[in-house]
Order: sequence, then C-alpha cells, then structure tokens
Amino acid sequence: MEGHSTYQPRSGGARWLERRLPIIGLVHSSFIAYPTPRNLNYWWTFGAILTFMLVAQIVTGIVLAMHYVSAGSMAFDSVEAIMRDVNWGWLLRYLHANGASVFFFAVYIHMFRGMYYGSYKEPREVLWILGVLILLLMIATAFMGYVLPWGQMSFWAATVITNLFSAIPLVGESVTMWLWGGFAVDSATLNRFYSLHYLLPFMIAGVVALHIWALHVAGQNNPLGIDVKSKEDTLAFTPYATIKDTFATVLFLVLFAWLVFFLPNYLGHPDNYIPANSLKTPAHIVPEWYFLPFYAILRAIPNKLLGVIALFAAIAVLFFLPWLDTSRVRSAVFRPIYRQFFWIFALVCLGLGYLGSQPAEGGYIIASRILTAYYFLHFLIILPVLGLIERPKPRPASITEAILAKSGHGAPAHAAGGAS
Amino acid sequence: MSLFGKDTDPVTRTARHSLIAMIAAIGVGLGASQAVAEDEGAGHGDGAATGQAETLHYPLEKPPLLDWSFAGVFGKYDRAQLQRGFQVYRQVCSQCHGIKYVAFRNLADPDGLGYSEEQVAALAAEYEITDGPNESGDMFTRPGRPSDRFPSPFPNEQAAAAVYGAAPPDLSLMAKARGAPRGPLWTVIDFFTQYQEAGPNYIHALLTGYGQEPHAGVTVPPGGNYNPYFLSGPVIAMPPPLADGDVTYSDGSPQTVDQYATDVSAFLMWTAEPHLVARKRLGFQVIIFLAIFATLMYLTKRRVWAAVAH
Amino acid sequence: MASTFDVEDKAQPTRRDFLYIATGAMAAVGAAAVAWPLIDQMNPDAAALALASIEVDISALEPGMSLTVKWRGKPVFIRNRTEKEIDEAKSVPVSDLPDRNARNPNVAADAPATDENRAAAGKEAWLIQIGICTHLGCVPLGEQGPYGGWFCPCHGSVYDTAGRIRQGPAPENLHIPVYSFVTDTKLKIG
Repeated sequence: MEGHSTYQPRSGGARWLERRLPIIGLVHSSFIAYPTPRNLNYWWTFGAILTFMLVAQIVTGIVLAMHYVSAGSMAFDSVEAIMRDVNWGWLLRYLHANGASVFFFAVYIHMFRGMYYGSYKEPREVLWILGVLILLLMIATAFMGYVLPWGQMSFWAATVITNLFSAIPLVGESVTMWLWGGFAVDSATLNRFYSLHYLLPFMIAGVVALHIWALHVAGQNNPLGIDVKSKEDTLAFTPYATIKDTFATVLFLVLFAWLVFFLPNYLGHPDNYIPANSLKTPAHIVPEWYFLPFYAILRAIPNKLLGVIALFAAIAVLFFLPWLDTSRVRSAVFRPIYRQFFWIFALVCLGLGYLGSQPAEGGYIIASRILTAYYFLHFLIILPVLGLIERPKPRPASITEAILAKSGHGAPAHAAGGAS
Repeated sequence: MSLFGKDTDPVTRTARHSLIAMIAAIGVGLGASQAVAEDEGAGHGDGAATGQAETLHYPLEKPPLLDWSFAGVFGKYDRAQLQRGFQVYRQVCSQCHGIKYVAFRNLADPDGLGYSEEQVAALAAEYEITDGPNESGDMFTRPGRPSDRFPSPFPNEQAAAAVYGAAPPDLSLMAKARGAPRGPLWTVIDFFTQYQEAGPNYIHALLTGYGQEPHAGVTVPPGGNYNPYFLSGPVIAMPPPLADGDVTYSDGSPQTVDQYATDVSAFLMWTAEPHLVARKRLGFQVIIFLAIFATLMYLTKRRVWAAVAH
Repeated sequence: MASTFDVEDKAQPTRRDFLYIATGAMAAVGAAAVAWPLIDQMNPDAAALALASIEVDISALEPGMSLTVKWRGKPVFIRNRTEKEIDEAKSVPVSDLPDRNARNPNVAADAPATDENRAAAGKEAWLIQIGICTHLGCVPLGEQGPYGGWFCPCHGSVYDTAGRIRQGPAPENLHIPVYSFVTDTKLKIG
C-alpha cells in the first residue's frame, strides 16, 4: 500500500469527510481493496483472531472494572460478588480469565507460523520486532491481571516474580521495594498492578496499529515465502480474506466457548480460590500455563541472577531472529532440514512447558537444563549455521505459477471456477 | 532429507547425525525425568526419617471418582441432594466452618435449593446477625434477613485458631479450591470429558477417608488424624466429623457417612458454583449456535472463493 | 483486460443470496446476544435488589418523634405526628398548595394532596416520606421552617407538617415511598 487510496466517495457527506479526514479512504485501502496474496492458508487467520481477542479482553475487562475493587481487603470478595451477584458476572469473569488463555494460545500459533514461513525475514524485520514487543506487553498485562483476584497463587506469583528484580546487582533491593510500594507484596502493589493492567492493553492496541502498518508496507508473507510479483498473485482483502478470517474466528470461538462454559477452571489453579495469605506459601507455586516454558527456563539455572537473565534472554533472543537466521529462503516449505529443526524446537517448547508445571526436583531439573540449552542452541547456533549450509528446494517463480501448476493448468486465458 | 534417507553429501549427513543426536539427548533427558521423579502430587512429605531416597507426595491416595448429577454438558444439581447436604452442613459443619459468600436469599434463587421466599425468611430469622453501630455507637445483634449472608461461627480467623489450633477454613469455595492434578495423559483426556469435579471428589474422599491404617513409611504423630486423601500431609487437624446416624434425613435416604459426605460435597459444589446449571445451559445453546453459524460461514466462504483460483 | 484469473460474472454478491442473508442474520443475532450481558451487567446486581425493601421497627416512636432510615441509599423520614401537626395539615385547602398531587404511590396517581392522602391509611399520625428535597436533592431539616414541618437549607424550600411544598423553589411535595404496616410496630418500606 503506497500513496493515496483509490477510494472514490459516492455521497456528498462522504466527499465532505474525505477531504477533511480521509478515514474512509484509509479503511478502504487497508482492509477492503488491499491486495492480499491469494494462496494464504488458515495459519494466516490468527492475526484477525488476535485482534478480535484483544477487543474482547478490553470490553470484558472494562465491564469487570465497573465492579472490581482493588484494595487488598476487598479484592477477593469483589470478585466473588461479581461471580454471584452481578448480572452475568460469572460469564464476564470466565470470559476474561479464559480469554487471556486463548489469547496466548493464538499468539503462540501466530508466532510459530511466522517462524515456519520466515515471516520475520527481510523486509519484515520491524514487523516481527513489533510483534515481540506486543508479546512482552501481553506477558506483563497477563501477569498483573492474574494478581488482581488476590488468591493464593495471585499473591505468591506476584511475590516470586517481583523478587526476581532483587537479583539485579546494586539496585535490586531498591527496585523491588519500589515495585512493591512497601516491604512486601501488599495492597499498594495490588492497586498499582490494577492501574497498569488497565493501561497496558491500550498500549498493546497502539503497537498493534504499528504492527498492521508495518505489515501493510511490506505486504503479507505467504506459505511459499516468495514475493508477490504482480496483481495476479493477489486478491482484494474484502471479501476474500475478510470472510476467511471471520470463519476462522467463529471456529476459534467454539474452542473459547467450550472452555468458558464447560471447563471454566480447567486452565486455572485451585489454590487461587483460597484468599491470599502472606504467611502461608502454597506447596507448589505455578504460573499460568502460558508462562510455563519461561518458568522452566528460569528454574533450570541454579544461580538466581543468571536464571533471571536466562528468562529475559529467552524472550530477548526473539528480537534478533531476523538476523540469526541466515537463510535467504523464507519458507520452511523449501527448507527440508530447517523444517525438522523447527518441529524439534516446537517439541522442546512443549517439553519446557510440561517441565514448568512439575516440581523442581530430580530428573525434571536435568531435563529442564537440557531443553533450556537446546532452546538457546536453536537460535544461536542452529539457525545461523543452517542458513549457510542448507541446500533449499527450488522455489516457483511466482504465486500464480504455483497455483496454476497445482491445479494442472498451463497458462490459460481464464481459470474459470476450477479452484481447489 | 529425512532421518532415514540416503545421504548424498557430507552436509546432509552431518545435519542428519546432529538431528539424531539432538533427539536422543532430549529423549534421554525426558526419560531420566520420568524414571527419577515421583508421580505428581500437590505436597511433599519427608519420609526422610528412615533415610529413604523417596519423598512422599500428597495426597497419598487419589480420590475415587464419583458420578455427580452436575457433571457433564447436561449436568444439573439434584435439589433434594442439595437440601440434604445443606442439612448436613447446618447440623455438623457449621459448628466450625462458615459459608460467608452465601446469602440466605440464594437458597430461594431459581438456581438454588428450591426453598420458597417465606421458608428462607424464616430460616434467616433463626440466625443472629451482628449489625450496627446503633445511635449509641454499639454493635448489636438482630434476627437475620434474607439479604444477609450466613454468619461464620467465629468473628475472625484468630478466634477460630485459638479454639482449634488451626482455623477451620470457610467452605464457600472449597469445591473449587481443592483438586489433585491427574498427570499429563489425564489432563488431555479431561479436556474432552470436561472433568471439573475434582473438588467434590476430594471432599467426599476426605470425609470418608478416616480410620485407615497408615501407609508403610508414613510417620503419624501421636493423636493425629491420619487421612490418606488429605492434600497437605498425612494427618489433618480436623477429627472425623461424620458418623452414621448423625443427621436424620426426612426423605428416607441412607443415613450413612458415605451418604452424608456425598450430599454435603454436592451442596458445597453449589455454594462454590451457584450458577453452574445456567452456565451449562447457556453453553449448550452457544455451542449449537456457533456450530450452525460456522457451517453457514464455511459455505459462504466457499461460495465467495469459488470464483477465484487459489 | 482479461487476467489469468477471472471472477465469474455469474456469482455476483449483489444477488440476494439466501446463504448470505442467513449468515448475516445469524451474525446479527449473535452480536445482539453478546451485547445484552454487557449492558445488563450495569443494572443493579442481586445484592442491591435484595435490599430493595427493608423492615423498620417503629415501636419506640412516641408522638412528636421522628426516625430517619436508609432505604435504597436514600433517607426516609418516619414521623409520629402530634395532634397539632395533624390539625394544621388538615386545615389547608388543597387549592392553596403549589403542588396539588399527593405524590404517594400507595394511593391513586392523581390523588389530591390532602393530609389523608399523604399520611398512612388509617393511621393519620404516621407520615412516611423520602427525605430528599424535590428541588435539587438536599436532605431537608425536620421540625423547622414557618410551618414546623421541614426546611431545606440549600435554597430555602419550605415544607409543611404533611411534607407538602409551601414556599421556595422545590416543584413537588416530598415523595412518599411504597410502604405497608406489617404489624402496628413494624413498617415495611419498598
């Protein structure tokens, strides 16, 4: 998308507005006429799913905020009042809590899609970096959100994670007390987490706008990883991508509804239905499932400061992915060796997630260390080396050519109706 | 190139060997973790008294899985059972445990126990509720009203702990606050069978789990109440609260510890999730709606895309 | 200009296609179903509705005594009036009153503001009214003002011993809540 849109306003009112604030034209050029590769598969619908989930979390969050009280003495009770007395309160609460989980589920799939198809490669490096920034903001938002019900897990997760900052040399203790607003996690901490939890999603929305802008500068990647060569390779975003995204979102909502209505506490921890007690630590402190791989990495390193560094490094390394992967070929479709390492990496992440849920003892520690080492190995050694030595398969000349080859046509004047 | 293909050049061969080495390392690591680690459990004991390498994980025994009327997509509360469970709570448990998030009026809710407004008003009036301050600045007691919540037997935790050594917890949310993890395989299966009854299963097992011989290797402090189903250790501060015949049921149900435990567990599930039935009913409607809508969306998508090659 | 891929001209979205209408209708129903809980959650919750009516013990109120209770977040004045107050209220012709409506939901909506229509039925000494000035919402002071009724210090509205507006900017008589005598000593408001 370059330059002014091709939108021609048809009514007087639209012309008047378009001359002063060309917002209709912007929407038209970005989401209606916008040329989208015609060979995108369903892994490309997760961007729309994520946008839907961001709006859903903000809307449910705002209405919950009308009833939630963020004082230490009242927070847990206010959540129970929402669950019992507020009209539809139980639904709004379960939507918001499970919404966070499916939000992360979608974002991990979205990222793995990017890793598989090389969507982070030139010229989409900034697009990828903005995405990792969104992930960081999501992590912070979700962490603070989990503290708000002020259950046992809320309180002790807050204690463990804020205590990480005390590992910083020299200023660690001061920084931690500054975060707490006191000598330990308490009502002051809860109140500021509430304020920031309300703020951050709007910052996420801002970075999402930048993310979509960066996307539209380069255009979408596609499963073949090859550039769009002509308009032939593309279709208008509306109705083609719009309808596909909507369909995928509805399917995603089935999963969401299954959780909310029939498994509302499946992804949660029973200990969070016990009011916070600063004198009694739960037997196993576990974060929510979407943090488990990072938790496993943190606990794998026996040194406190190095463990914290490893935790942040695990996310930081993602920022450098566009440069760590030296291959000139984007899509794993044409990179048979990389493809296998990709799946191993996916298994490693799942393995780390499982290990994060287990107690830090015995064989679990050994396994965590092996998998943590492999995690960094993948980014720091395997990807750089692979790009240099791998021999990729030949790529088609264009998207159009690939589609024609697939449907068995030569180069006809029309490809009437015969889509696969 | 695959793991098993023929190698034509040293690069591919090296890559293949590294791949195999990597997978082997991961396999060894995970295998080691399974061999050395114990079954998951929520708590740890220290059977180190006899110097054994194994640490105990609690609960020592997993609770048996009961059939609950409220389980499953079409689950509903059995009102008669809830009323019996409420009776058990009032006559036995309320001596020590409160249910402070439950209001008297909830018993007459559409989602409730099936009592009428008059019955609930009469029930509430049997309780003394602390209110105030009055014009002289004093707190006073008055008969309860439907809008009041159940009073707790103790004004605060410290008073309770002073009498019993440990404060008996409030029971409003107990059915959601307990539940032993079931291992990775069952965790996946539970997603499809929507198993959410770990709490009532735990409560029932705990209440009926007294009086057993301690497991080998478990040291039981003298005078302690051994209960292998307890999540936090071998002994629980609560002595066995139920005995056969304690509560007289008017509907002819068996007056056994097992029946009392089952009924009160169901009642506590209701105190924890009063809107369960409405939730599942709406959920069924939503899933049906989404299934139909998804079908229509799919057909629409096919229709729109039919005209273009892709 | 023919392209490699041509959209078939036969399948135009402008044709009223049953599939599109059905899908669109379902989407609209879904959107409405989602919107309703988001709106309804702002309505008073179950705990607030449970306090919609209260019972008050009035056994301690002798003639000439008043009690103020809180009902639905608002003050309610309960007064056991003296003979003198009742007589003074009865002696006023309704045509002299700025507001001739009784403002009492326990009687007909158009009932005139006679003392009989303001006080409790069959218990004319008892006057129960919502203690909020009908001007801008301040709480008037009792046994004050030229009529010995109520006086609002905010802008000088004057109410008589039947709670009717006599002077000042308030447009209406003090409103009366829905109430009933459960027993002679117990009043249920709301």
